[in-house]
Formats: sequence, structure tokens, C-alpha cells
Amino acid sequence: MAEILVLVDHVDGEVKKVTFELLTLARAYGDAAAVWVGPGYEGAKDKLAEYGAGKVYVAADEELTSYVVAPKVELLAQLVADKSPAAVFVAATGEGKEIAGRLAVRTESGVLTDVVGLQEGFVGEHSIFGGAIVTHAKVTKGTPIIAVRPNSAAAEASPSTPEEEQVSVTLSDAAKGARVVEKVVQEKGERPELTEAAIVVSGGRGVGGADNFKLIEELADSLGAAVGASRAATDAGWYPHTFQVGQTGKTVSPQLYIAVGISGAIQHRAGMQTSKTIVAINKDAEAPIFELVDYGVVGDLFQVAPQLTEEINKRK
Amino acid sequence: MNIVVCVKQVPDTASERKLKSDDSTLDREAADGVINELDEYAVEEALAIKESQGGEVTVLTMGPDKASESIRKALAMGADKAVHVTDEALVGSDGLSTSYALAQVLKKIGFDLVILGSESTDARMGVLAAMLSERLGVPQVTLANKVEIDGTSLKAQRLTDYGFDRVEATLPAVVSVVEKINEPRYPSFKGIMAAKKKPVEKLAVADAEIDAALVGLAGASTAVVDFADAPPREKGQIIKDEGDGGVKAADFLASKKFV
Repeated sequence: MAEILVLVDHVDGEVKKVTFELLTLARAYGDAAAVWVGPGYEGAKDKLAEYGAGKVYVAADEELTSYVVAPKVELLAQLVADKSPAAVFVAATGEGKEIAGRLAVRTESGVLTDVVGLQEGFVGEHSIFGGAIVTHAKVTKGTPIIAVRPNSAAAEASPSTPEEEQVSVTLSDAAKGARVVEKVVQEKGERPELTEAAIVVSGGRGVGGADNFKLIEELADSLGAAVGASRAATDAGWYPHTFQVGQTGKTVSPQLYIAVGISGAIQHRAGMQTSKTIVAINKDAEAPIFELVDYGVVGDLFQVAPQLTEEINKRK
Repeated sequence: MNIVVCVKQVPDTASERKLKSDDSTLDREAADGVINELDEYAVEEALAIKESQGGEVTVLTMGPDKASESIRKALAMGADKAVHVTDEALVGSDGLSTSYALAQVLKKIGFDLVILGSESTDARMGVLAAMLSERLGVPQVTLANKVEIDGTSLKAQRLTDYGFDRVEATLPAVVSVVEKINEPRYPSFKGIMAAKKKPVEKLAVADAEIDAALVGLAGASTAVVDFADAPPREKGQIIKDEGDGGVKAADFLASKKFV
């Protein structure tokens, strides 16, 4: 079978879960070949082996992570030319999609972004217009470049002994145009990252104020979940904008999504409609969020949410 | 400074959006068109940079005649002029061919700085700025929530999954901005009246040396296989809180093995 290149998504050597999902997907359609860019491979190699990477291309040169996006693209373009992979998979994060887009230009290939499912022939499934329509699309030119959303596939371990190959690329001047002078890691605490989390608890207008978001955080922590917020809540300044779930914020697709005090306008639904199980707490029985839920509680969130938190903690 | 801000007319997210059954492209008749919300931040950023650095702001859009509504909005906010690329040959262009067409126009009209919104609310690919940067061979300073320009020096904060990167580059460059980088101004009545007199240059593909074979449905490098309305979610159980709503919700979560 032909190789499928999987760009490893990692922060200073810590591999993101989506990478294991991509390796699992790649094994279903070819030989999974991981592409490692930057320092830190030694600490991560066991993880890549655990999830079945048959091969790892290691490009450890720190210069490749010193500029915005373009160096990774030049490395991948070189691998596409040298190794003729069947496809290239990247995580559909902000940067992952940019890498996919540039690589498509560079290799004259078609690109699919925000894929939530994959079928034979690299046919990608998309959920568009706020989840109202499901489309299937495929690449008709070049090497399929596919950006897959986190949580689109379950990561399954399949231990392997990957063959390692050191690779390098001579960067063009154009790739060195936007220099990263400092990486600022913002404290995210103990909670999982929003787009990768298996469970997300979000608060909206009904939460009523910044202080009350403590209720949302406590519920999230009882479940080991990430915290999200609707646009109404972030616009009001109750919770940082980076946690906004919705049309213009983050798109999440967790196993469980709990919407607290969120009415469920299209703006919000667009960011969470592909969640597997949806639970809502809202005092308005007519709120559109209840059209989506698997379980809904019509009631005062200030009563229901703390009770739910307490009950979950009790049952642990 | 020659600042070009790219805008896209999109279906209003508040209206029902559909695809056409014959060619799987957006049914532009079915929904009201508005300027892509994220592009308003790009227009505002362009105007703010013009105010501090001097120069001119040109609005660039590609799309059908109706897209002139979005151009007018940007002009009313304060942009100086506009270029509207419109041609039957462009219908059905995907991200890759759109970036090609816009890059051709940008090469023709020239630029020091190209600014875009980080994504459109309809296609939501978030790739166009990166693609333009690749095609134009200029620095990519994207997903910015802070941009500072002084002469030809560009400093920005680029949002990442872990926080942000401080990025530095020299113009010319392509910048994309995220929501909330600024507070887009409302067009004043004076601005709206003035917009009617501002020049809008219409270009067909031939005018911009765009190869018609590389754009539109014919030039697309992806194809929609099929599409359908999302299957309706099974109707869930909804209860009214009688004082034990939290306990019942916990029961449900336990039944699904989340607790």
C-alpha cells in the first residue's frame, strides 16, 4: 500500500491527540507515515509507534519552526515529490488548514478542509452551514491533501516499530519572510484543550456574568471537560474570547457537549452541531437548542447546574 | 501605503443557506447576501493602518454583480476605491482557483499590504490568506489579533492553539485578522453618500490575465460527490426541572457512561 503522510501536531514535543486519530485513519487507507517537524522527537517516538506509524520522517531542524507555516509546507512538498504518497493528512486546526492550503498551491493538488469523516478514495465528509447540510467531496487533481477535524475518528492503538528517516529541506528565502520571534504559551490550567476535548461544557447569556462562570467551570471540572462560551458571553466580556464556540469561533465535535444557558442560535450551532451527545440546561422551553439535544432540562441553571456537578462528584 | 483588503459577499448566516442541485454550488438567490462578518475586521484594520501610515485602501472582491453590495459597505466605512472581479468563468471556483484569480489581480494592481478576514462564514476553509502568500511569495502573517505597522516593518500576534506567537516581517505581506482584533466602525451617513461616488473598477478574467481554464467549476481541483440535508437528530428527552433536574441529568450522563 502507498504511504499516507501524517503531519504530527505537537507543542514542544507533546503530541496532540488528533495526531493519533490521523494515524488511525491513515492505517485504514494505506501505510501511515508520520512527519515530525522541529525538536522533541525522542520524547514522542513511543507514542507514534503505539498508534501504528510504520515510518517516521524526522525533520528536527529548529529553523523549520522559526517561521510561520511556510517551512513546514516546503518540507511536505519535498516529501510529496520524493515519496509520492497517496495522500497527506493534517489536523484541521487554524495552522493545520493553512499548511494544507499552501501545500495544495505548491503541489498543484486539491485540498479538503474540516473533514469530519473519510471514505474509500479519500472522499471527505463535511458538515456545512451550521450542520444543516452534509456534503461529500473528493480531490480531483494531484495528491489529496486532507485536513481532518479533531474528534472525527477514534484513535486506536496498533503498536509498530517505525522505521525512522532523517529528512531536511533547504528553505527558500520566501519561506523565511515571517519570523516567529517568541512563542507565548498561555496557561490553560488542568483543563483539556477546547477543540480536542472529549467533553465540552459551555455557558451562554443565561449565565449572567463573569463571576457566575465559576458554575460552568465547576461542572466542566467534575467531568474533566473543557470550558466553552457562546458569543453572547464572550462579547459581554464574561469569558475570554478564545473560548468562543460558534460560527466565528472554535468548532468543536466532542463526545459530549453540555450547553448551559445557551439558546442555540445558528451562530452557536455552527460550532457544536456535530457533537455526538448534546445536553442542554435552559429556562426557556422554546429555546432552539432543545431541537438538538439528546437530553434537555428546562429549568433555572443556577439550581440545575450545581446539582448536576454535585451529583457527578458524588458518583465518582 | 497601498493597502488592499479582500472581502467576500456571503449568504447571511441568519437566513436559510442551500446548495443548488445541478452543480452543488451555493444557491445565492436563496439567501440574502451580506459582507462576510470577519472581513469587516479586515476593513477596519486597513482603515486604521491608513490613518496611522497614510496611503490608500482598495477593496478587492470576486463574485457576482450582487457582491457590489459588500463593496459599497466597505467603501462606506471609508475605503477609497474598489476592484470587482466578476465573470461567468469564475462561477464554482474552489479555494485553490480563487486564490489563483485573486493573486493575478493583486499582481496587476500592486500592493504593500493585503488584509483579509481569517475565514468566510460560508465556506469556512480559512486557507485563502495562506494560499495568497504562497502564490505571491510574500510573508504570511495570519490569524493575527494584533497588528502594528511602522513604515515597512510589521509586527503581529498570531493566535495559536497554545496561546500566540509574536511574528515579525517586512512589507509587502499578506495579513489575516481574527474576530475582535478591533471594533469595526459603522458607516456614517456621509460615508454612505460618499461611497456612491467612489470608483469601482470591474474586471473580467481576461482583464486580469486570469486563465479561464484554471478557474470556475472546470478549473476546480475538488468535486462535490453528493450532498443532503443532515439527518435530523433523534428527538431527545426533555424534562422540566422539578427540583431534581440536576440529578436526572446525571442519571442520563451515567446511562451514556460519561459518569
